[in-house]
This record gives sequence, structure tokens and C-alpha cells, in this order.
Amino acid sequence: MIERPEAAVPSIAQRNLEGYVGFANLPNQVYRKSVKRGFEFTLMVVGESGLGKSTLINSLFLTDLYSKDYPGPSQRIKKTVQVEQSKVLIKEGGVQLTLTIVDTPGFGDAVDNSNCWQPVINYIDSKCEDFLNAESRVNRRSMPDNRVHCCLYFIAPSGHGLKPLDIEFMKRLHDKVNVIPLIAKADTLTPEECQLFKKQIMKEIQEHKIKIYEFPDTEDDEDNKLIRKIKEKMPLAVVGSNVVIEVNGKKVRGRQYPWGVAEVENGEHCDFTVLRNMLIRTHMQDLKDVTNNVHYENYRSKKLAAVTCNGVDTTKTKGQLTKSPLAQMEEERGDHVTKMKKMEAEMEQVFEMKVKEKKQKLKDSEAELERRHEMMKRNLEAQYKELEEKRRVYEDEKANWEAQQRILEQQKLDASKTMEKNKKKGKIF
Amino acid sequence: MKLPLLDTESSRGFILRRTATTMASTEIARQAGEGARAVPLAGHVGFDSMPDQLVNKSVNHGFCFNILCVGETGLGKSTLMDTLFNTKFEGEPTQHNQPGVTLKSNTYELQESNVRLKLTVVNTVGFGDQINKEDSYKSIVEFIDAQFEAYLQEELKIKRTLHSYHDTRIHACLYFIAPTGHSLKSLDLVTMKKLDSKVNIIPIIAKSDAISKSELAKFKIKITSELVSNGVQIYQFPTDDESVAEINSTMNSHLPFAVVGSTEEVKIGNKMVKARQYPWGTVQVENENHCDFVKLREMLIRVNMEDLREQTHTRHYELYRRCKLEEMGFKDTDPDSKPFSLQETYEAKRNEFMGELQKKEEEMRQMFVQRVKEKEAELKEAEKELHEKFDRLKKLHQDEKKKLEDKRKSLDDELNMFKQKKTAAELLQNQAQQAGGSTTLKRDKERKN
Repeated sequence: MIERPEAAVPSIAQRNLEGYVGFANLPNQVYRKSVKRGFEFTLMVVGESGLGKSTLINSLFLTDLYSKDYPGPSQRIKKTVQVEQSKVLIKEGGVQLTLTIVDTPGFGDAVDNSNCWQPVINYIDSKCEDFLNAESRVNRRSMPDNRVHCCLYFIAPSGHGLKPLDIEFMKRLHDKVNVIPLIAKADTLTPEECQLFKKQIMKEIQEHKIKIYEFPDTEDDEDNKLIRKIKEKMPLAVVGSNVVIEVNGKKVRGRQYPWGVAEVENGEHCDFTVLRNMLIRTHMQDLKDVTNNVHYENYRSKKLAAVTCNGVDTTKTKGQLTKSPLAQMEEERGDHVTKMKKMEAEMEQVFEMKVKEKKQKLKDSEAELERRHEMMKRNLEAQYKELEEKRRVYEDEKANWEAQQRILEQQKLDASKTMEKNKKKGKIF
Repeated sequence: MKLPLLDTESSRGFILRRTATTMASTEIARQAGEGARAVPLAGHVGFDSMPDQLVNKSVNHGFCFNILCVGETGLGKSTLMDTLFNTKFEGEPTQHNQPGVTLKSNTYELQESNVRLKLTVVNTVGFGDQINKEDSYKSIVEFIDAQFEAYLQEELKIKRTLHSYHDTRIHACLYFIAPTGHSLKSLDLVTMKKLDSKVNIIPIIAKSDAISKSELAKFKIKITSELVSNGVQIYQFPTDDESVAEINSTMNSHLPFAVVGSTEEVKIGNKMVKARQYPWGTVQVENENHCDFVKLREMLIRVNMEDLREQTHTRHYELYRRCKLEEMGFKDTDPDSKPFSLQETYEAKRNEFMGELQKKEEEMRQMFVQRVKEKEAELKEAEKELHEKFDRLKKLHQDEKKKLEDKRKSLDDELNMFKQKKTAAELLQNQAQQAGGSTTLKRDKERKN
């Protein structure tokens, strides 16, 4: 694979413009394109039945998301926790928003609520997985973003503190999605009770190390002041209403009581406007960015690490996380090649040694046999020589004796000849 | 930038802000068709600030743009960059004696009002200078691919930081055409053909103050027709966005832009303008009658910079990525046309990979087993031969021994025979002697008598 080239120049020089260039228009270009593309946002609401979730959604978006034609989940009684989504398209000021509301009817309503957060977690993970698969396809066309960008968690206005279910849920979801806790039906609490309640909740959140969504600091000091004010009001105590009432000649959304009207959009009555401003008007994009850059990346790296490391102890593989699974396979392949080379060298060595041994043994036995053969040959030769010697002696002796015999014979012959002569001569009688 | 506070605009319906346009009807139909039903709003919700939120974030994050200048040495590439961005970039003018084409890139931080831009200018050094220019385009293609590859690698990492990644992919390629007045050179056609599927090409006629107006019109027509007839896809300014469609389509008809660059200023009237001074007159760079510089700046920077970046990412990069992944063996669907999940794909790859490694290991082992067997057989053969040799020798030895024995035996026999003969003969002799003795005695006796 091609290595990262040196196009990323290490030193970046500052340059001053001496005249009009025109890239200050870039923001406008971005604006234009984003409007053309349209926006999408997925909001999840979680809480027990009857906490006013659907009403709050309707109030937030000034629309009847759940109406007679599309009854909300609260109208239906659920035995188990469901996760339901409704998609609506809303337009305002030329800007189009595809809003997906994810509701969780049945949450916390059973007698035994163990694992009632599991369907929620499964839903969030499945949306992340869809996105991961879409992002990893070879042919990528559109990548619709259905990931959950924000989760509004509704806390019952008991006035005391968080319930174990609340703590458990937020602990399990705070690193999967942006969690914004809300105090529901806040018109049942007096301002002082509300303050105490809020303090208690924040204390418990910190105790349990729950990471709720945090507002990012900006460079502008004015904005930072506003942000700090909002932070002090967390968790936001909200009231929702589908009904428009006339108060002092003005038409406002509110809840009519015998003792007065609790106005939804009155900052002194509840924190609804703060929620709306924060959620929709100022931090919607940031919620999406945090989901994309933090929660989704967490999910993705966990998923891919599981694939490549195959359950190996993660502390050992920390260094491998900086590569793609494929690069890791390449590295493993390289390691394997080295290992194989070493193995080959070792086996080669052993082989050579054994061959040498065997050859040596063969040589030795050959030498031994040669030696013995030589010895026997020499032995034989010695014997031959001995025999030869013996024969020679014998031959000599024989020759001598034969010579002697011949002489004797000759003598005898001579003697007999003489005798014959003498006989003839009459000397013999 | 200030956060948009509670909006006092309360009218329902559609308020046009800035240059926001209404969505094309096809867009709406598509969205609604995806299962989203359109609902009316009873008041001002406030999400029309979304584009502003997005813009704020982008401005805070800063922008990034990478330009590649391709053209022969001496066509005024560096000067044009300086003129376009109203600043003095680095670089010495290069000589004509480069052995090959190299790419040099420099990154600069520019700021105009509150917008920060990280601009990278990449220059081709030595392009068109060699005698054999066949491989000139190769280094350029390799460079562009390398940027894509770097991005792809980052995208594929397990732990990645795409958000803060410095994007080095080339967003626009300015191709400098020599002002011959006749037609494109074959080097130009070959290079542009190789680059058109990898980068947005914007061809420009360099040093166009060397061409007269009538020649220029003919030159432009000739160039455009040559590009079309050779199937070269140059970048077209987008005409799908209503607010800029008109200006873009007009500009499209002025392509290729004939530009003049200059960093020197000349006093015209009471203003100092960028110009080139000749004895017969002054060519003003920013005068639309004199050259198309202003058009280029408008189109490249002011109107379509973001579109160039988007095209690079969604078209050219995706094409590169698709080819690369297919090369690596990734598919979107298995043979039964069921879509793979990413996990399945990676797991399959991993299994394949492990299987491959194991097979290699097995093969090597097998090879060794084979060699051992062969060598053993060889050595056994040698051993057998050795034994045979010594068996033969032993047999020879036995034969010799036997022969020796035979010889010995025959000698012994002879000896015995000889001995017998000897003793027989001696006995005879003795007998004869005795008889002779007795005869002699007899004779003597007879004599005596």
C-alpha cells in the first residue's frame, strides 16, 4: 500500500492577503449547499408512561406529531418495551428537516424492569450498525443518517432524587448517545422544590459518574456566559401542552388550573424555552457532531476491534487500533512471513545436520570396511608369499634330489655298463 | 459569531433568509417517499437556524482547499497563484533541465475577514521539459492517488480521527495551456485524459496577453471541440442550484478561461492596479475586457469552491475507493445477492487470510518432509551400494583364499608325493646297495675262492 506521502507539509506558513480574494464567501456557499441538502435529526424520548413525553414533543415542534390519525404510543398499552419511530418532514424558512422521533412505550412500566433498557440499546446499536454498513459498502450512494442524535430522559417529579432505574439507564446509555435528562411535569413542583430537586439530581449524576451531554464552550465570551447560565439550570424542568389558552389577550400554550395557567413558554414557569432554544436553535448541529465524532466512532472502533482481534486481550492490541483491519492483516502477514522464514531456516539447519551425520556414519563404515579388506588382502598376500617360498624350497630340493638321482642313475648305468663289459670280457663268472 | 437568540419572527410559512432557496420539488418528493410525512407547523420552531449552526461550526473549524497546477515550465503558474490569492507564495522559478516530473506542495494559512483557509498549492516541476514525455502524467496521477490513498487509509482505521484530519486530496486542477493560438498539444490531451476521472480539471489559457481577441475566440472553440472529441471531462460549474445556476452556466460557455497573472502594480488613473506594462499598452489583470482573470477568481473561489470540494469527495474519491476496495476483494453482496454486513466481510477476509497462512505453513512442512524422504532414500541407496561393494570384495577375497588353499593343497600333495618318491627311491637304493653289496661281497667271495 502506498505510504502517506509528504504532501502534508510539516510547516504551514502564514500569509497575509493584500487584496480581495473572495473565499470569505465560503460560508455562504456552505449555507447554500446545506439548505439544498436538507437536514435530518433523530430524537429519542425515554421515560415511564404518563410523564408527558408526546405532549412535550408536540410542544417543542409546534405540531401534532401524534394526532387522531397517527395515535402515539401512549394510546396503546404495551406489555414489553417497544421502540417505535415516527418520521415527519417539517419545513421552515426554506429549511427542510426530516425529524425522526423514537419513542419507548412500556419503558419502566412493568413490575420487573430489569433489562428494560436493552431494547433501547439494541435500537441505538442497530442504527449505528446500519450506518457502519452503509459507510463500508463498496458502492456508497446516499448514507442516510438514522443514528440517534439525542436522548431526552424524563425523570418523574418526585422531588427526592433519581430512581435506581434512572441511574441504571443513564449509566448504560451515556457512552452510546447524548443523554439530556429532563424533569417532566415540572408544574407539580414549586420553584424551591425544583431547585432542591435539581441539585439532588446533579449530585447523584456526578456521584455515579454519568456523562450527560455537555455544552461545548465557544470562543465568544458572551455565548459562554449564556452557556454557563444554562448549565446551572440543568437538568431542565419542562412542561408541555397541546392546548392554546388566552392569557391577558395573548394566545399561549399552557395548562389551565383553577389557580392559574402554567405557561409553557414562560421562562419563570419552566425551562421549556431553554430546552427548545438549546435543542433546536443552537445546539442541534453540535448534538449531531458529537454523535458522529464520539459515540459513533466509539461503536465503530469497538466493532472493528472485535473483528480483527478476535477477542484477544485489548490491552495488548492497543497499538493495533491505529490501523485499519486490513493494514493489520498485512502486518500479521509480514510477521508470519518472518516466522516462516525463521522456521524454514531452522528446519533447514536440522536437516543439514542430520544429513551430515548420516553421511559421516556412512563414510566411517566405508573406511572401516576398506581397512578390514586391506588387512585381509595383505594377510592373503603374506600367505601367498609364504607358499611361494615353500614351493621354491621344495622345487630346489626336488631339483637337487632329481639331479642326485640322475647322477646315481648315471653311475648305476655306468656300473652296469662296465659290468656288462666285464662280463663280456669274462671277468665275471 | 453570535448565537441566534429567540427569534421574534413569528410568521408561519416560508421566509427566505440570505439566499436560501426553496427545495427542488424532486427533493421533497424523495424525502416524503422515504416514509416521512409532511406536517404543518403551528408556529416558529426555530430549526431554520440549522444552516447557521452548521456554518458557524465550519467557520470555527476552518476550511481547507488544495489546488494542483499542471503546466509546462514558464507558463506563469506561480505568478497566477500569487495573483489569485493576492499574496506571495514561496518558490523560485524552475529551470528547464529537470529529469522528470516532480510535485512540490506548499501549505499556507490564509484569513479573509473571519474565514480561515488552509490552502495547499501543488506545482508540477519539470512538466513538459523532457525529450520523451510519455511518462510525464504518471507522477501526477500517482500523487493524486496517494492523497486518496492516505484518506482511505484514515477512513479504514479502527480508531480514526476524520474530524481533525488534514485533507490533502486535490480539489481543483488548473491545467495551463500554452498560448499557441492553434490547438492543444498532444501532451495536454494525454495528460488531461488521464486526470479527468481523478480530479476536477479546469483548463486555462496561460499568458493569454500573447493572443489577440479574434485569435482567442477561435482558440477557445478549437480547444473545446478537441476536448469534446477526445472525451475529456472537464469540470462544469454546477447549474442545479437556482441561486447560482445562471452565472455558472454563463461562465461555462467562457471556458477555457484566458488569464494573465501579474504581481506588479501599475498606476492607471488614480488607482494602483495589477497589470503588465508593454510599450504598446498596459494589460490590466482585473479588467474583464483584457482577460478572464476575474471570471476565474469568481468561479474558482467565490462561487464554487465548496462545490469543487464536494465533487472531489463524492465523485472522484468514491470512484477511487470503489476501485481500490474491489481490487482488495471486497464485494457488497455475496453470490446469493444478500448484502454483506461489514463484520461478515471482515471476518470472511480474516478467515481467508488465516487459511492462506496455514496453507503456506503446511506447504513448507510438506516440502521438508519430501526432502527428508528423498534424502533418506538417497542415503539408503548409497549404503546399499557400499554393502554390495564390500560383499563383492569379500567374495573375491574368499575366492582368492580358496585358490590359495588349493595351491597349498597341491603343493602339499606334491611334497608328499616327492617325499614318497624319495623314500621309495632311497629304499630301492638301499636295497640295490645292499644287493650290490651282497653281490660285491659275493664277487669278492667268489674271487676269494
